Amino acid sequence: MGLKSKLHNFKEKNRGKKWLPAFSAIHTFLFLPNDTTHGGTHIKAADDLKRTMNTVIMAMIPCLIFGMFNAGYQHHLALGEIQSVTQGFFSPEFWTMDNFLVGFWKILPLVIVSYGVGLGIEFIFAIIKGHEVEEGYLVTGMLVPLIVPVDIPLWMLAVAVVFGVVIGKEIFGGTGMNILNPALTIRAFLFFAYPTWMSGDKVWVHGAVERSKEIAAGANLDAISGETILGSLAQGQQPDYSISEMFLGFIPGSVGETSALLILLGGLFLIFTKIGSWRIMLSSVLGAIVMGLIFNVIVDAGIISEGSKFFGLMNTTWWHHLIIGGFAFGTVFMATDPVTASQTNKGKWIYGFLVGFISILIRVFNPAYPEGVMLAILLMNVFAPTIDHYVVRGNVRKRMKRLKVKTV
Amino acid sequence: MALLSKKDSKLILDPLTDNNPITIQVLGICSALAITAELKASIVMAISVLFVLGLGNVVISLMRNIIPSKIRIIVQLVVVATLVIIVDQVLKAFAYELSKTLSVFVGLIITNCIIMGRFEAFALGNGPWRSFLDGVGNAAGYGIILVIVGFFRELFGSGTLLGFKVLGDPIEKTGIYAIGYENNGFMLLSPMALIVVGIIIWVQRSRNKALIED
Repeated sequence: MGLKSKLHNFKEKNRGKKWLPAFSAIHTFLFLPNDTTHGGTHIKAADDLKRTMNTVIMAMIPCLIFGMFNAGYQHHLALGEIQSVTQGFFSPEFWTMDNFLVGFWKILPLVIVSYGVGLGIEFIFAIIKGHEVEEGYLVTGMLVPLIVPVDIPLWMLAVAVVFGVVIGKEIFGGTGMNILNPALTIRAFLFFAYPTWMSGDKVWVHGAVERSKEIAAGANLDAISGETILGSLAQGQQPDYSISEMFLGFIPGSVGETSALLILLGGLFLIFTKIGSWRIMLSSVLGAIVMGLIFNVIVDAGIISEGSKFFGLMNTTWWHHLIIGGFAFGTVFMATDPVTASQTNKGKWIYGFLVGFISILIRVFNPAYPEGVMLAILLMNVFAPTIDHYVVRGNVRKRMKRLKVKTV
Repeated sequence: MALLSKKDSKLILDPLTDNNPITIQVLGICSALAITAELKASIVMAISVLFVLGLGNVVISLMRNIIPSKIRIIVQLVVVATLVIIVDQVLKAFAYELSKTLSVFVGLIITNCIIMGRFEAFALGNGPWRSFLDGVGNAAGYGIILVIVGFFRELFGSGTLLGFKVLGDPIEKTGIYAIGYENNGFMLLSPMALIVVGIIIWVQRSRNKALIED
C-alpha cells in the first residue's frame, strides 16, 4: 500500500474528529484529495484555490529575494562599507552573499512569524467551527513580510497578524467573506498602533534604529538616514537617487515594495496566468497618472508657491509617482485581491481608477501618511460592493429599456 | 425575605447581561467610543449616567399621570437637562481636570439614547420604585461596558490603570518595557473602542446563542 492510500485510509478512519481539518489542510497541500465532486453540475478545472494562491506567491518570490539583497545592501551602504550601485542588478556591490545573508536573517523570521501566527489562527478557527482549513492565508502570509519595514519587532508583527486575521477576516466568516484586504489590515494596524516603527527616517534601513539609540547614549557615530523618497519629497528635498535606482529598487522602503521592475514582472505573470485582473492594474495606473498630471499642471500654472508644504510632492513628475513608494506593489498584488475588489468588469475599471487616484491624492496632501496606497485600497475595498451594486443595477435598467423598446 | 422580589431584581440584572443597552440594544455607542480612552473618565461617565438615569426615571415616573402625552418629550428633555446640568456643574466644581477630559460628552448625556429610551419605554408606565431600579440597572449595564472598554484601552494604549503605571515606565524602560514592549497607539483612537465593543458583543453572543439574531 502506497503512502497516498495510507493517508486516505487514515483520514477515513478519523472522520468527524475535531482535529481532522488540521490534518486535512496539510494533506491537501501536498497531495490531491481522493474524493471527487458529487452532485449536480460542476466545472472541471485543474486549478483550485491552492493553485491560485501558489501562483500569486510565485509572482512575489522575486520581490522577496530582491528584498533580502536590498535589505543587506541598504544596511552596508548606510554604514559606508560599500559604494552605491553602478551596474544595476549585476553590480558587484549588490549581488553579494553578504548582502543576501544580512537580509535573509532579518526577513526569514518575518516570514516565519507571519505564516506561523496566521496559519495557527486559521487552524484554531477551523477546528472550533468544524470546517476545512481555508487557504486564504497563503497569500496574505507572504504579502505581510513584504510590506513592513525590515526592522519591525517580531512580537508587533505577531500582534498585528492576530488582529488582521481575526478582526479583518475570521469574524466576517473567513476566506472569501472579508471586506478588507487582510494584509493591508495588518499593515494599517501596525501603522496606527506603532507609528514609530512604521514611519520616519529610521525604520527603513536595517540597523538605523539601533544606531540612533547608540548615538542617543553618547556613542560617537554618524547617524544613519534611511529616509524614503516620499519622505524626503514631503519635506521639500530632492532625493539623491537616480531614476534607474528608483525603477530597479535600490532604495530604502518596505521589504518587497522597492523594485518596480520585479513588481512589473510579477504583474505580467499574474495577467498572463489570468489570476490578477489587468483591468484593475491598468486603471489604477491610469488613475495615478491622471492625479499626478493634475498636480503637475497646478504647479506649472503657478497656483501653488514654492514655499507650500505640498510643493515637493506636487512637483514630482507624474510618472515618478508610479515607481516610488508602495504604489506599484499595492496596485499589482493588493488592489487585485479578488475577494475585496469589485467583481464586475466595469466596476473593476472604476475601482482601480479610484485606487490610483486616491493613492496619489493622500500621498501628496497628507505627508503624515506617505503611504497613500494602503489607505486608498482599504477605502476602495469598502466601496467595492457599492460600485458593483450600481454597475449591476445600471445593466438591469439598460436591459429593461431595451425590452420595452422591443415590446412596444 | 429577599431585598428585592424576583421581578424587581430582574430589572437590575437583565440590563447587565442579556439586555445590555450597549451590546444588545446598541444604544449610547457615541459616548462609549469617545471617552473610554481612560478608565477614570469611563468610571465618572458611568456614575454620571447612573445619577441622571436613576433620578430621571423616578421624576418622570412620579409625573407620569400628569404629563400630557403630546408634550411628553419636551418634559422629558427638561428633566434630563436639569439633571445633566447638575452633574456638569458638580464635575466642574470638584473635578475640573476630569470635566475637561469629558468635555462636551457630559452635556451630551442629554442625547444619550438610553436615557430617553428608558423614560419612554419604562418610566412612563411604571411606579417610581420599579422605575428607579430600571434606571439603575440600565445605567449599570452601560457603565459596566464603559469600564471594560476603558480598562483595556487604557491598559494597552497608555500602559496605565487609573493613572498608575502598572506595566512600568515607557520612558525609563522599566517593567515590561525593558524587554521591548511598546504601547499600542491604535488603542487610544476611537475606532479601536468600536472594535473592543464589537469583541465584547462577539464573546457575549457566542456564550449565549439565544441572543443571535438572523
